[in-house]
Order: sequence, then C-alpha cells, then structure tokens
Amino acid sequence: MKLRVNPILCDGYGHCAELLPELVELDEWGYPIMPREPVSRSLEPAVRHAVKMCPRLALSLEKRAR
Amino acid sequence: MRSLNNPIIWYLMRGSGVVTLILFTVVVVLGIATTRRFRTARLPRFVTLGLHRSISLLAVVFLGIHIATALADSYAKVSLAQALLPLPSAKYGLWLGMGALSLDLLAAVIVTSLLRHRMSQRVWKSVHWLAYASWPLAFAHSVGIGTDKAAGWFLDTGVACAGLIAVTLVWRLLALRNPYPKYLGTAS
Ligand code: SF4
Repeated sequence: MKLRVNPILCDGYGHCAELLPELVELDEWGYPIMPREPVSRSLEPAVRHAVKMCPRLALSLEKRAR
Repeated sequence: MRSLNNPIIWYLMRGSGVVTLILFTVVVVLGIATTRRFRTARLPRFVTLGLHRSISLLAVVFLGIHIATALADSYAKVSLAQALLPLPSAKYGLWLGMGALSLDLLAAVIVTSLLRHRMSQRVWKSVHWLAYASWPLAFAHSVGIGTDKAAGWFLDTGVACAGLIAVTLVWRLLALRNPYPKYLGTAS
C-alpha cells in the first residue's frame, strides 16, 4: 500500500504531517511530501485515519504504486 | 404519534433545544477555525477538525431528542409536517418554521458530509456553506419561539452564542487579507 496525494486537491492544510510525523514532511510552502516507500502494516490504521481526516480529501491509500 | 402529557417531556424538549444551540454554535466556530487553519503549539490543526466532526455528531443526537420530544409532547402540539417543513403555525407564528428550515438545511449539510468521498469537493463545499444559513435560522427559532424568553440565563446563552459566532467570523475575515500568513508556514 502506498500513500499518495492529489496535488491539485491538496491545499497545504498540513493535517497529514501532524497525524503522520513518521511518514509525511511538509515542504517549505506547507505542502506534504509523501514517503517513497510503501506504508508498513503497523502504520496502516494510522494512515487510513489520516486519509479520512484530510480536509480536502486529497490523500489516498492505494494498493500498488503506479 | 401518541401525545404524552408529561412535564418531563416538555422540559426535555426545551433543555435539549438549548443544548443543541450551544453545540451547533461550537461546531460552527470550530468549522471556521478549520478554514482559518488555526493551530497553536499545543493544539495541532487536526484537533480542531476532529472536534468539529465529533461535536457535530453530538449536536445531531441532541437535535434528535429535541425533535422527538417536541413531537411527543401534547402541550407543544407540533405535527410531523411542522417539524420537517417550513410551515407557518397558528401557535408559534414563523418561529417553528424557521427551526424546520434550519433542520432541512442541516440535513443537506450532514448527508453530503457523510457521502463526501462520493462527490466532488466543490459540490460538498457549496452544500456545506448552507450551514451559515442554518445557524441563524436555528438561533432565531430558539430565541423567537420564546418559551424561556423571560429567563435571564436563556438570553445570556443566546447573546453568548451570537457573540461567539460574530467574533469568530471577524477573526476569519481578517485572515483573508493575508493569503500567506505566519500560522501557515513551516519554515521561514
Ligand atoms: S491533509 Fe490533505 S490537504 Fe492537508 S496537506 Fe495533507 S494532503 Fe494536503
């Protein structure tokens, strides 16, 4: 599973970086940088929660990296 | 529905109405704070949004109690149609209809929020704006219907709710002037 962001929807609210400090960093404009590696099993529940919390619905957890 | 002539129902209806107004106010304030991307060192942004969502759920529960008790109470004499549709009523004038209209708008806001993943962000957001119409209607309904008008605590609550909304709106609008304010940035 890989965490992806739709950069057109994302508004740089930064909730994802607050909820997933292990995975997501913000660039200098406040937009998130997604991890390159697939999401580990243990973090999956946390990632799903973050996907739900994104105020712009810009995040998705996808089966395979495209 | 069979009418119940029990003072507890009557008090429950009034009490849950006031609680709903307070919770609805808090939800709107938290919603505005979310769009302003409010946060402090101790209070990350997801807390605002998380509270916005969970308190709105709580408000819906109290609103449900308020409507159910209004329907059940034999003294209030509210029909199902009056509770759901903005109809004028002989007993309450327009005030009851305002509550019903507020409910209808709120229902649209809630349903679209529950189905948010199935629609475009733009549709969801336009419907979500209806909350700004729903709150004043709920407020007018609470104050205007006037069961507790004479009570000082009730007026104080009303003034506090309206004041809180007004202050939050001003705070939000001030932020519009500066599209890249400090609270947004991460690095310098
Ligand atoms: S929470 Fe959503 S909108 Fe906010 S920065 Fe992350 S992806 Fe973008």
